[in-house]
Order: sequence, then C-alpha cells, then structure tokens
Amino acid sequence: MDLLADNLPAYLSGFLFTLRLTVISGAIALVVGTVLAAMRVSPVATLRGLAVTYVELLRNTPLTLVFFFLVFVAPQFGVRTPLGFWTAVIALSAYTSAFVCEAVRSGINGVPVGQAEAARAVGLTFGQTLSLVVLPQAVRSVIPPLINVLIALAKNTSVAAGFASVELLASGRRIALANPSDAMLALAGVALFYLVITIPAGLLAGVLERKVAFAR
Amino acid sequence: MSSVLYDEPGPRARRRERIGSVIGAVLIVGVLALAFRYAWDQGLFGADRWDVLYDPPKNQTAEDVWRSMVVIGLGATLRAAAVAAPLALVLGLLLAMWRTTQHRWLRAPATAVIELFRGLPVLLMMLFALLGFGWDAFSSVVFGLTVYNMAIIAEILRAGLASLPKGQTEAAYAIGLSRVQTLLLVQLPQAVRTMLPSLVAQLVVLLKDSSLGFIVGYPELLKAMQNNAQYFGARYYVALFVVGAGIYLVVNISLTRLAVWLQGRSTRTAGTVTVDPTVTPAAPASR
Repeated sequence: MDLLADNLPAYLSGFLFTLRLTVISGAIALVVGTVLAAMRVSPVATLRGLAVTYVELLRNTPLTLVFFFLVFVAPQFGVRTPLGFWTAVIALSAYTSAFVCEAVRSGINGVPVGQAEAARAVGLTFGQTLSLVVLPQAVRSVIPPLINVLIALAKNTSVAAGFASVELLASGRRIALANPSDAMLALAGVALFYLVITIPAGLLAGVLERKVAFAR
Repeated sequence: MSSVLYDEPGPRARRRERIGSVIGAVLIVGVLALAFRYAWDQGLFGADRWDVLYDPPKNQTAEDVWRSMVVIGLGATLRAAAVAAPLALVLGLLLAMWRTTQHRWLRAPATAVIELFRGLPVLLMMLFALLGFGWDAFSSVVFGLTVYNMAIIAEILRAGLASLPKGQTEAAYAIGLSRVQTLLLVQLPQAVRTMLPSLVAQLVVLLKDSSLGFIVGYPELLKAMQNNAQYFGARYYVALFVVGAGIYLVVNISLTRLAVWLQGRSTRTAGTVTVDPTVTPAAPASR
C-alpha cells in the first residue's frame, strides 16, 4: 500500500489528465455527434450520405488506427497535430462522435411515429418538428445509452497512453515498470481510479434507464 | 420513421431538396477538390509514395510487402481474435448462468466480476497480464480481450434470458425439467438466437480491440504497417495506411453486415410463427 501512497501525485496527475481528456472530447463528440444525427435524418441526400459515410468509416475502424493516422500518417502530408493532449482529443472526439450519432439516431427513431405525425399535422416544419417535438423526447431515452458511450470514452482514453500522452494508464505503467515486484499493485491502483469514474456512471445510467422506462 | 419528420415532398419541395442536394454535393466536391489539390502539392500521388505496394525499393518484392501485411499482420490480428472469441463466449455463457442463479448471495460474485471487468479499459487488462503476470505479448492480448468481452457477452446473454416470455420457463418446469435442463434446453437456445446480432457486433469490437496489441508490443497489423514504413521510409506511411485501414474496414464491415443479415433473418423467422400467413407481412422496419 506504501507504493500507492508514495506515488499518489503521479496517479492524481494521470487521473486529472484522463478526466480532462474525457470531458473535452466528450463535449466535442456530443455536439458533433448530434449534428451528424440530424444530418442522417435530414431530407437533403448529400448530407445523409456524408453522415452515413463518416459514421460507417469510424465505427468500423479501431481507435488505435485513428491515433496511428494522426501520429504517424498525417505528418507525411504536412498535417501535424500537437503531440499529446490535443492529438488525443481529436482522435477520441472523432471516434466517439460516430457512436454518439448512432445513439441519438436510435433515440430519434424510438419516438413514437404519432408524435412526428401530429407535429406535421399542426403544420410544423422539419426543423420545428425535430427541435420542438422529436428531439426533446428523444433526449430522454437517449441519455442512458449516451452515458454508456461516455463511459466507453473514459475507458478509451487509455489508448492515448500508447501515443505520447501521460494519462492515468501511462502513469500506472511507469510506476509498475519502476517497481517490477509490485507491478500488480501499481496497476490495481490504476484500476481503482478507472472504477471511480465508470462504476458510478454505470449506476447512473441504470437508474435513468429505469426512470425513463417507467415514464413511458 | 425518419421520413415522417417531413411531408412526402411535392413538386416545389422536391425541387428545393434537389437544389439543396446539388449545393451540398458541390460543396463536398469543392472541399474534396481542395483536399486533392493540397495532397497533390504535397506530392502525395507521386509514384515514390506508392511504389512500395507494387515495386518496393531495397531489393524487396511487392509480394514480401503484401505478405508482411496480409499474411503476417492480419494473420496475427485474426489469431488473437480467434483464440479470444471462443474463450470469451464460453466464459461469458458460464458467467451469465452464474449471474442468473436463484440465490442473491450466490449471484453476487458473478455480478462483481462482470461489473469489474466491464468498468476497466481493455488495455489495462492487457498490461495486468504483461507486467503483472509477466506473460508474453500474445497471451496478454488474448487475456485482455477475453476477460473484457466475457463480461460483455455475459450481460448480452442475461438480457436475452430476461427478454424471454415467462411462459417458456413455466412450461419447462411444468413438464418436469430441472432448473439446469430448463436453462440449457429451453432458455439459452432462444436467448442466443435473439441475441445473435449483438453477439456478432461484440465480435467486431473484439477484433477492433485486438489492435491494442500494437501498444503492448504484439506484432499485429498496425505493427506490420509501422515496420514496413520504418524499413522502407516514412514517406510510405500513407500507402501502407491505406492498405491497412482498408483491410480493417473490409473485415469489420463484412462482420457488421453479417450481424444485420442475421437480425433480418431472425425477425423474419420469428414473425412467421406468430403472424397469420394470409396477412401480407408488414414491410421490415428500416433501421
């Protein structure tokens, strides 16, 4: 246990790095993903096509490959992202926005058809139907899956450890490599910090899911 | 459903949509053209960026390069996934059975195991095996993939069991089957069938996560790309990336299509049992 206490500053700085990555990438991904979802249901065919292509490409690509692209491939044609934090933010938000889009879209499709029909019947336009009637209802049923997407994001920040970001996992790996006999303990410390994020968030998603289910 | 958001377009709306689509298309083509010109100025389309794929330098043959990517790189990726997937399925099945036992205090350990492994990054599990147990890279990758996906698969199967009508279990008990028989002969076959699309989708995740081997030093597809680029020169990163990313997309999209196809098939066959055959079946829900 001394090992954990001695290295607490390293753990905490890693944990804060992970938290910042999660919050900033999560915020960007939520915005981009919602825009993508609106594009996917819009009447303009080219917007639909663009959104579908983006989502399909990113969903079927490993996150490691997105990082690999930004770190090794993009500099070969002159696109250099600042290494470390912002590279990780770009990769994580690009990847996560595809999953946000899917979650929001399934929420839109989960709103009973009659709601949209009624909105159309009273003469609302596409934009009004979406923003005043469908999205406010979709958001409720979308929150639990969105929390799950954000939990996945919090765990996915660990991939940044392989690409020059010293976040929680990379800090833990350093401590483990410096104390080979206590490697298990050092990594257990990392696990603890991840669980501090993921388990409460998972419980919250579960509670909200039940609440929404009762409301329907 | 989404088509309800706007009226069936009339002639004027159709024209507006066409104009919008054309403007959108022009914008996209414009951006693509700019990107193309930028790439051209960067010399991205020069033969010296791509000849690694058909006429590589340093006295290597194109066959060597492709072999290192497809046979060795993709081979290693698939090998890790092929070992981890059955393990995760079997262990996930056992966990799901354990999780659904009658007594709360018997269930608790299974719940704890599932919650623990679901809440941790796969990469951390791989590091546990690599640094904690001192395993080699391949075993570490398989360990990480197995324990994470076993927890997810257990949850998928539990959801499948929970979605079955209660009458199934009651009928099984009524004809005198034991609890284990009910689970194995009645509930699980149906749960696996309804959850097959989710299970296949989870296998895609497993395959994608095998790329984390790149970080723990397992020589899979990404490592093969990097090795080639380091040997032949960094200018080939683009060409090698296009091939590597293409391989991932082809494999994963095929698996995703399989999942969608299975979903369509299972809803259709399930429908024929309950739907009156004289009534024309409703159009399949578009997803």
